[in-house]
Amino acid sequence: MPNGVLIFGEATEDGKLAAITAELSGAAAALGGPVTCALLGSGVEGIAQEAGQYGAEKVIVVDDPILKDYQGDAYLPVAERIAREVDPAVILLGQTMIGRDLAPLLAQRLGTAVVMDCMALSMEGDKLLAERPCYGGAARARYTINGTPQIATVRVKALDAPAASGSAEVVKQDAGVSADQVRTTITARNKPESTGIRLEDATVVVSGGRGLGGPEAFQQLEELADVLGGAVGASRAVCDLGWYPVATQVGLTGKIVTPDLYIAIGISGASQHMAGISSVKNIASVNKDADASIFKASRWAVVHDWKEFVPAFLEEVKKVKAG
Amino acid sequence: MPHIICFAKQVPDPETPASQFKVDEAAKKVIPAPGVQQVPSQFDTIAVEAALRIKDNHPDSTITVVSLGPDPFRDTIKHCLAMGVDEGVHINDPAVNDADHWATAEVLAAAVKKLGDYDLILTGRQSVDWDMGVVGSTVAEILGVPVVTIAKQIDYAGDKVTVERVLLDGFETVEAPTPCVVTVSNELGEPRYPQLRQIMQAAKKEVKPWTLADLGISAPQNRVNLEALYVPDTSVETEVIEGETAQEKAATLAKRLSDAKLI
Repeated sequence: MPNGVLIFGEATEDGKLAAITAELSGAAAALGGPVTCALLGSGVEGIAQEAGQYGAEKVIVVDDPILKDYQGDAYLPVAERIAREVDPAVILLGQTMIGRDLAPLLAQRLGTAVVMDCMALSMEGDKLLAERPCYGGAARARYTINGTPQIATVRVKALDAPAASGSAEVVKQDAGVSADQVRTTITARNKPESTGIRLEDATVVVSGGRGLGGPEAFQQLEELADVLGGAVGASRAVCDLGWYPVATQVGLTGKIVTPDLYIAIGISGASQHMAGISSVKNIASVNKDADASIFKASRWAVVHDWKEFVPAFLEEVKKVKAG
Repeated sequence: MPHIICFAKQVPDPETPASQFKVDEAAKKVIPAPGVQQVPSQFDTIAVEAALRIKDNHPDSTITVVSLGPDPFRDTIKHCLAMGVDEGVHINDPAVNDADHWATAEVLAAAVKKLGDYDLILTGRQSVDWDMGVVGSTVAEILGVPVVTIAKQIDYAGDKVTVERVLLDGFETVEAPTPCVVTVSNELGEPRYPQLRQIMQAAKKEVKPWTLADLGISAPQNRVNLEALYVPDTSVETEVIEGETAQEKAATLAKRLSDAKLI
């Protein structure tokens, strides 16, 4: 009889423990545990102990250069082996660049299914109830899975991370993957120079949509974000039109952001955009269309042309900041 | 002669205003809003666009679009044919009307095997109704070929493809041997829109009507059960900021945000 929960922790690009690891640990413990945390990567052994501080009883760390940059062919055999060894009732991964690619492959390899991008998980008897947004965030769907193990990916920041306490037994394993098993090759990585605060970490996000009418407008948004100590985001329409970098896209197929304050300017509020800010409590929106659907989700609604409003608002914010 | 297979699905128009979006919680189905059209899933037409761009550079390519669904899905196949796809396969069988993502992947993989040789399978990164994002990868696993997900550019060169894929912060370039599966994201660009002449040409193109019997398989088992479907309550109490001028409204909003200690 399989039991317990296996989670796949992650490291950040600069080698620190990714926050999703704690979030998954908390979710796994809430499902009843016991929790085993697998940690795959290159140079991750140093954070294995820390990965075990959030409720896991055991950390299986696989530290191998072949796992440096994620590739399905390298990660899948290791993940499959650990899954078969641990034989858990439930496996959780993050809905991250790694998890969203690896989870469907792992599910098929194990002959089971995965419910992607969950925002709530619970157990009913031995059945996992996995709840997720669909229809671009307009609806929620709750699933059960017929196969074993029952796999889910969890949306980043959707669940609270527990505080660090306790410690886990750390077990080292070899990857056991040879280079010729990896059919794909990463030939280049292109990371735009990051300027200022990361969108995901910002406490204030100033975001612009198609209503801005062109790329020039983003200069004013940048200035506003600068004064507020925040970051600039954009809607998918804006990124598809090439007005602002793809890396700033907020929404279902872009970034999930959780600032204290989200200022939406010229954004109509398509549900796929709202999916990226579903956890934000304070939304202030500026739109000249009084029927813009983003107003329904906003705490403050400004019905006005942004061209007049934003310069005036910038002056007012400067006054507040000057105290 | 490169052979590219695209998977395309039909969905309720995702531009439906939120106010018109309703679900039947008992039936666990979306209630079609009056006047809302069924349209090709957007990421899938972008995958077709990716295939057509390859064909622009390799005119001897053949593109086949495969779609699994009831009668109306023929419109999605016709749309892809009008975009420039060469032939269609419509798998239409009541036994898989309620196929989940895994049953769908099994049927599509069986169709690929029946089609024979192929170099590339392209499909959307996810459908725009269920947003699950598993079918492309699952088909790749069933067929035993590599998969590269979330592509923004695909260059085909015979025995390999070079794929630029979207990361959270930037891009990476991945080479994969063919045959393989690539799932395509919106960053690739807008799909071309069929012209009248192409729509008329499409009427003459072949759409193979296949059933599970033609594929030589029985209906695959679903692996997930939809237990509930509902519209979450996301409404908040909204204050409309009053004022005669932009300056007045700006001052009021700044005060509200300052009072709430948000700025």
